[in-house]
Amino acid sequence: MPAVSKGDGMRGLAVFISDIRNCKSKEAEIKRINKELANIRSKFKGDKALDGYSKKKYVCKLLFIFLLGHDIDFGHMEAVNLLSSNKYTEKQIGYLFISVLVNSNSELIRLINNAIKNDLSSRNPTFMCLALHCIANVGSREMAEAFAGEIPRILVAGDTMDSVKQSAALCLLRLYKTSPDLVLMGEWTSRVVHLLNDQHMGVVTAAISLITCLSQKNPDEFKTCVSLAVSRLSRIVSSASTDLQDYTYYFVPAPWLSCKLLRLLQCYPPPEDGAVKGRLVECLETILNKAQEPPKSKKVQHSNAKNAILFEAISLIIHYDSEPNLLVRACNQLGQFLQHRETNLRYLALESMCTLASSEFSHEAVKTHIETVINALKTERDVSVRQRAADLLYAMCDRSNAKQIVAEMLSYLETADYSIREEMVLKVAILAEKYAVDYSWYVDTILNLIRIAGDYVSEEVWYRVIQIVINRDDVQGYAAKTVFEALQAPACHENMVKVGGYILGEFGNLIAGDPRSSPLVQFNLLHSKFHLCSVPTRALLLSAYIKFINLFPETKSTIQEVLRSDSQIRNSDVELQQRAVEYLKLSSIASTDVLATVLEEMPPFPERESSILAKLKKKKGPGAVSVNELEEGKREGGELNGGGERGGDSSSTPSPSADLLGLRAGPPVTAAAPSAGSLLVDVFSEAVKQPSPTAFLRLFVCKNNGVLFENQLLQIGIKSEYRQNLGRMYLFYGNKTSVQFVTFTTTVTCPGELQSHILHIHTWNSLEPLIEGGAQVQQVINIECLTDFSDAPLLNIKFRYGGALQNLTLKLPVTINKFFQPTEMASHDFFQRWKQLSLPQQEAQKIFKANHAMDTEVLKAKLLGLGMALLENVDPNPENFVCAGVIQTKAQQVGSLLRLEPNAQAQMYRLTVRSSKDTVSKRLCELLAEQF
Amino acid sequence: MRFMLLFSRQGKLRLQKWYTATAERDKKKMVRELMQVVLARKPKMCSFLEWRDLKIVYKRYASLYFCCAVEEQDNELITLEVIHRFVELLDKYFGSVCELDIIFNFEKAYFILDEFLMGGEIQDTSKKSVLKAIEQADLLQEVSLNLKHKMA
Repeated sequence: MPAVSKGDGMRGLAVFISDIRNCKSKEAEIKRINKELANIRSKFKGDKALDGYSKKKYVCKLLFIFLLGHDIDFGHMEAVNLLSSNKYTEKQIGYLFISVLVNSNSELIRLINNAIKNDLSSRNPTFMCLALHCIANVGSREMAEAFAGEIPRILVAGDTMDSVKQSAALCLLRLYKTSPDLVLMGEWTSRVVHLLNDQHMGVVTAAISLITCLSQKNPDEFKTCVSLAVSRLSRIVSSASTDLQDYTYYFVPAPWLSCKLLRLLQCYPPPEDGAVKGRLVECLETILNKAQEPPKSKKVQHSNAKNAILFEAISLIIHYDSEPNLLVRACNQLGQFLQHRETNLRYLALESMCTLASSEFSHEAVKTHIETVINALKTERDVSVRQRAADLLYAMCDRSNAKQIVAEMLSYLETADYSIREEMVLKVAILAEKYAVDYSWYVDTILNLIRIAGDYVSEEVWYRVIQIVINRDDVQGYAAKTVFEALQAPACHENMVKVGGYILGEFGNLIAGDPRSSPLVQFNLLHSKFHLCSVPTRALLLSAYIKFINLFPETKSTIQEVLRSDSQIRNSDVELQQRAVEYLKLSSIASTDVLATVLEEMPPFPERESSILAKLKKKKGPGAVSVNELEEGKREGGELNGGGERGGDSSSTPSPSADLLGLRAGPPVTAAAPSAGSLLVDVFSEAVKQPSPTAFLRLFVCKNNGVLFENQLLQIGIKSEYRQNLGRMYLFYGNKTSVQFVTFTTTVTCPGELQSHILHIHTWNSLEPLIEGGAQVQQVINIECLTDFSDAPLLNIKFRYGGALQNLTLKLPVTINKFFQPTEMASHDFFQRWKQLSLPQQEAQKIFKANHAMDTEVLKAKLLGLGMALLENVDPNPENFVCAGVIQTKAQQVGSLLRLEPNAQAQMYRLTVRSSKDTVSKRLCELLAEQF
Repeated sequence: MRFMLLFSRQGKLRLQKWYTATAERDKKKMVRELMQVVLARKPKMCSFLEWRDLKIVYKRYASLYFCCAVEEQDNELITLEVIHRFVELLDKYFGSVCELDIIFNFEKAYFILDEFLMGGEIQDTSKKSVLKAIEQADLLQEVSLNLKHKMA
């Protein structure tokens, strides 16, 4: 037997493993395994108590069977028993089994947690480490609940062994990643940051992973780590290759730690402290210098470790994007790597240069490598490297080199790997559009795309070319001529037929003067492709034909004959049949005027972001887009196929809804709400883009409807109305996932004073505790304002999504101004009342800088949204705004006056509020000062 | 790091370590898919590839492929050296490691990996520290074994 017998070497296990290896077939293996499972089961169930060794051996066998890919449904209890053994190896196997085969059996979790608790408090470092490993390996919510409080203490305690500290740091990191809400660093923060100064390099290496993750989430609390990281880095970079003993790896001092330090610094902007920054720049320069030194070893490990640091340093330089000198040096270094014999380095250089290309300081330097990159695209033998080269070409493209790059990409497409064709097509399409100086070049490029890689040209691409042709009349004739020529090819792609059908249907008249492309020739050409096409394309062609009848009356009889033929008018496909019937009828009964109106040329499409770009963005994040998603995108647009004349509506109702293609007739906004596909609050006029839970309150001061909250799972929309001192708020909870939310509960509370007597709130209807995937439920809240208030009520939402508890607390946007009744008054009255409210405490004033453009109309809209009456011709200075209103509370009415004085030159405002109650003046002033 | 896989030239999975909660069914699917991708690659190709939303860093040692899935922002070259250091650790422990060592002592391979990486992050890069921890464990093991023999 070849196995080394280290430790005790469980003989029974080794025999079993070699039995399995000797099995000649899958069946034999399963038979052997079943025999063993039966054996183990009987041992576990047997009357005789098993000793620790046997238990360990059997548990280990079960683990082996599981790792072979078979299901294991017993033995968990025995494994848990092993945890409380005080023999190290038994405990270790027990923990291994639990780590690999954990299941959420709550009874067991409790037992496991107990065992872990015992080991953590055992003060035996090896046991503590085992327990910490187990927590990190399982990393479940339950474990976090049980141990997230204890581990930070172990981590920073003075008497904790180094090895335990290392485990504790990484264990905490794992828990933080799964349940960030349960890991509260608070008082430990500074001591954790100071682990960067620890003498033990292993401790620093482990701790820095934790610190990096925490810094990403709470940059401010951890910002002291920057200077510590810089000085640690500086010590490593300047140390000789042997100084760090065991932490030197193939003559490179502490490569892992260096990379992690550089990564940590990327969580922050460049250091503000000049000395720290100087030291850091020095480090980066040293790292760049070292890249030019001859290698200290020929081993690939040496160069990998050294270059790992170099690439991380370059990432930091790119992240700062503020040191032109370093950026250009980085670019030159990467340029050298582009021609390196190591494929790995070429790959990484291409990748890294892609980000450099977007910096204004280095864009030009990157462009100088264009020939090398094009060469890489042509000659690299590895598709993943070619992919990087294509990405880089895309990134370095600008007006000056677009034609060259697009041409190279097109010629590469002829032989490109299937896996990257679709993305290449999108990129070519985008570059062609973005940098098109003359649109005939654009049309040529897209038609070439379809010719070369028709199967990979998604609908977005060919829709886009049609949009552009329709919107630019200088290219229409050229486009018609070019598609006509392209359609001459004996075999042309169906996408070409679609584009051809659409464009000739719209602009065929522009080339009809030439006898070689007379109307009948055009029609015959299109119709020769008809029978080879799919149903959607045929539908599109039928629409083109009816347009032909309008454009060229001389084709009418020929086309009517085609429409009348059995294969059209009795087609088994409903859509085709209907079109044939309707078009035939239309052409025979409608007068030429009516026909001309119905089939008028397409109006220009509203300009908007290219739908192709949106698609590429979606696709990026390598491979992130699943096939499903793409299919979905395609299906969404399917309707357009051939729906030419219907598309005409879209220009008259530019719809803000997610009209991916920019072509389909947008559904009326209100109709979208209840339909299953379009999720949620389309009812609201504008979608607010993810306000942070604290910032949203501000957004709702001057308006009543919108999206209150949105994350990956949940969207909460809000609609509210107020009258006198009463308000009603509708909350819409939308489940954005495909999985149901269970035990969904919401509670509204009024903290502190608010609760007892200021604001009276009750929810009107109770919610079902279940929200199906994609569904939306509604809740109504009634509000009564008893007397004036400043705090906002809290809305707490709890539910379970896929087993995990979600807990969310938001402030409800109920502010005192919601209870305003506007009061119109003349100039004279206004100033009289203004003077009446002259007690110092009745006035609140703020002078503040404008946060938004000082647009009069926007200001007016906001003030109206506030709920007061905006009084015209009152203030002698027409630049100023004055408003008046009465706040209705149950206890009293509070009259309020407001004056807003913009100073456009200084971009400042002075806001003065006077009201009969001092707290109201103060609160209104606070609320409003954040609005402008 | 999201996960690490060791598999043979013949597509047999020898070791798998997952650092994020993943359903068994998904694991199997991912392993199958990824093995196919990696095994299809030719010797001189680069060691990195994009797969789903992850970066894969892999290297072949004799008959075994070591394959790590890391996040977008992780450093590829240093991950390659994580693999190499792990191989060195196995080598040192088993004395010139071969695939069979990992098959027959899979639990030891897991222990060594656990001492080196935890939750997908490096715990210690020093070969000495990691091996010290493992050898200490073995020592404890042998002591308890001797006791058992004495009692028998």
